[in-house]
Amino acid sequence: MTPRPIDIVLWVVIPYLCLAVFVLGHVWRYRYDKFGWTTRSSQMYERRLLRWGSPLFHFGILAVFFGHVMGLGVPKSWTEAVGMSEALYHFLAVTVGAVAGVCTVVGLAILIYRRRTVGPVFRATTRMDKTMYVFLSAVILLGLWNTVASNIFGHYDYRDGVSVWFRGIFRFDLHPELMTQAPLGFQIHAMLAMLLFALWPFTRLVHVFSAPIGYLWRPYVVYRSRESRIGSRAPQRGWERVGSGDRP
Amino acid sequence: MRVMAQMAMVMNLDKCIGCHTCSVTCKQAWTNRTGTEYVWFNNVETRPGQGYPRTYEDQERWQGGWTLNRRGRLTLRSGSRLRKLFTIFSNPKMPAIDDYYEPWTYDYETLTNAPLQEHTPVARPKSLISGDDMKIRWSANWDDDLAGAPELAPADPVLTAIRDKVSEKVRLEFEKTFMFYLPRICEHCLNPACAASCPSGAIYKRAEDGIVLVDQDRCRGWRMCVTGCPYKKVYFNHRTGKAEKCTFCFPRVEVGIPTVCSETCVGRLRYIGLVLYDADRVLAAASTKDDTDLYRAQREVFLDPHDPAVIGAAERAGIPRDWIDAAQRSPVWALINKFEVALPLHPEYRTMPMVWYIPPLSPVVDVVRETGEDAEAAGNLFGAIDALRIPVEYLAELFTAGDPAPVNAVLRRLAAMRSYMRDINLGREPDDSVPAAVGMDGETVHEMFRLLAIAKYDERYVIPAAHAEQAHALEELATECSLDYEGGPGMGGSGPFGESSGGVTPLAVENFHLLKERQTADDVTPLRSRVNLLNWDANGGTEGLFPARPAEGAADIDDPGAEAVPRPQGPTDAAGPTGAGR
Repeated sequence: MTPRPIDIVLWVVIPYLCLAVFVLGHVWRYRYDKFGWTTRSSQMYERRLLRWGSPLFHFGILAVFFGHVMGLGVPKSWTEAVGMSEALYHFLAVTVGAVAGVCTVVGLAILIYRRRTVGPVFRATTRMDKTMYVFLSAVILLGLWNTVASNIFGHYDYRDGVSVWFRGIFRFDLHPELMTQAPLGFQIHAMLAMLLFALWPFTRLVHVFSAPIGYLWRPYVVYRSRESRIGSRAPQRGWERVGSGDRP
Repeated sequence: MRVMAQMAMVMNLDKCIGCHTCSVTCKQAWTNRTGTEYVWFNNVETRPGQGYPRTYEDQERWQGGWTLNRRGRLTLRSGSRLRKLFTIFSNPKMPAIDDYYEPWTYDYETLTNAPLQEHTPVARPKSLISGDDMKIRWSANWDDDLAGAPELAPADPVLTAIRDKVSEKVRLEFEKTFMFYLPRICEHCLNPACAASCPSGAIYKRAEDGIVLVDQDRCRGWRMCVTGCPYKKVYFNHRTGKAEKCTFCFPRVEVGIPTVCSETCVGRLRYIGLVLYDADRVLAAASTKDDTDLYRAQREVFLDPHDPAVIGAAERAGIPRDWIDAAQRSPVWALINKFEVALPLHPEYRTMPMVWYIPPLSPVVDVVRETGEDAEAAGNLFGAIDALRIPVEYLAELFTAGDPAPVNAVLRRLAAMRSYMRDINLGREPDDSVPAAVGMDGETVHEMFRLLAIAKYDERYVIPAAHAEQAHALEELATECSLDYEGGPGMGGSGPFGESSGGVTPLAVENFHLLKERQTADDVTPLRSRVNLLNWDANGGTEGLFPARPAEGAADIDDPGAEAVPRPQGPTDAAGPTGAGR
């Protein structure tokens, strides 16, 4: 079956565009807006709701992320090769996925409630934040709905459909028809996720890429030399100071 | 031995009058921006009092600084690195805005917009956090001068700490009679807990002068530094989502002038100078078992700048000669190690703080004076220091982790100086037994008196300029157009891509050196080809401000017939009517 042009636009062109914006947008943002690259924490304003909402949401979404790495990134043949049966995989995916999903949604609900009702927090919310919240909530809710619905109303094995399509994007092995055949919930979920990726570099979501894992290994106190950046910029080529770099 | 230089400060608390000039000028210079309304890099606390933010010294609650774990190893009190990463989504130990205060402005517009009415309209306070009307309940110095002390002072964590040692009755009496001011800036610690807490590695200690700074481009707003700092001197800018802290006014210090708080200090109580220390010994010193030994341990980390071995090691470590000279003349070194009158603030936090304090003798003097006795006589003061346990206990809790002996020694030295110099001023025979009683001699007391009481500007501030001059010159060479000589095709100061393209000269450095050059020059030197309007002062003409006049304009001036009288020389002709100068 040859895909229709609309399918190619939806499941090939738009994903590539979105992912290109995602990558280039981050490069651009990092180069030109390092100062704006922050979590923009609002803990100063309110901490009672945040105490519950934020860890629930963040740990939930981390679990959801790793679930997606498993579900989308690992081919079915691999899990079968290590002896994991379809039933076992399914059981794990649904239980762990549901717990993580519920945590995420509850956390998100608390955070959005907090953002709307706590005056100072709402005041510090930008238009970009609001747009991002719409997309993020829609993606998360649809994702949870898909997990539930695909188990109650008939079975859809995304590992033979959506996953193959998703991996194909990165291997240039394009399967738009697999998305056309997927249930509508999965289609919207995937499309909104792609749009969220395009939005990503321009929102506070960039803080995901600053996850400070290096903290576990670096020395406690960082020393930095003033000389490496006299004034406001790095030294120019040819004028490196004696003793720096390749000049003894 | 790994010699490093540290820019440090000492404050003489006897001279602080609590005028808050340092706080205000600092605020004007650094934190008068949105998001930093509640941020006071410098604040002045009345002691006893709760401090700012409220009860920040209660480390049981705020978990700031370092502690020794069960194996005796130094670890952050708020927990391991892993624990920090797990609590990153909601930092459980971070002060909220209410622990500082809710910043506000006034609805001034009402005063002019209000309709005609019987009563004068009122400008209501509006919160800068929520934008709503608010009731002002607290501020940065709400308990100034012991305001509300009966209710507020009992919550002072230092008082709580000595409550076991001092009876309730004495404590209350002391609240009525004993008060002093404690100005605080960032301690620029040798072992900074804020830097150690920063997951992003954005807080760093400068290798040259030890100033602790936040890299605003690297900070990601994880807020762990606020918890880590036991002095609560790292603040979270709630608009930009970045941590900010006292910078020791590094752009000023780099060119050799004191910090804003020091420069504007009315009481002239601040001293700035270098201290050389052995970076290899910091960890061992901070891991000293007994809290009360930390003061001594930190002093042992410092290196004597007069010791030839230290000088040699410092030179090998790349510390410039004029910095070593400055370290030898450093008032901070003298107050800490020669006169031994300066003490660190809360050494028990184990951060090795580098802003030290000379504890105030005045509360003791006041008590003696109130009894009608001679408050300047050495014997009376010595006796009072021994008898008045409360002030000493309180000061010890602040400066020596509760050990009264060093505080006692310092106060006795100050008392001895007071008494000895009084005799000299009154023309009496100085009593050499007085300095001898505190282990000093007359000459040393004289020197200390000169530094503490006369306090000359260039003895208080011994700040070697950073070695940027050379690099700066290189920078100019590299960035200025090679055709940019007088009359050359590039004249006019444009960069390769038009006006003001090319590299940026650091403004602070440029302004400072240019102004200094011009203000101290004997003659009016013409402006260089590139004119910076920000520091243009009309001296030296306007050449370079405007493009050169076409040829006929120049001919008018040079025409001998048009001008019979010789034009005066010197500055007066600098800004001629043509605007082109000479």
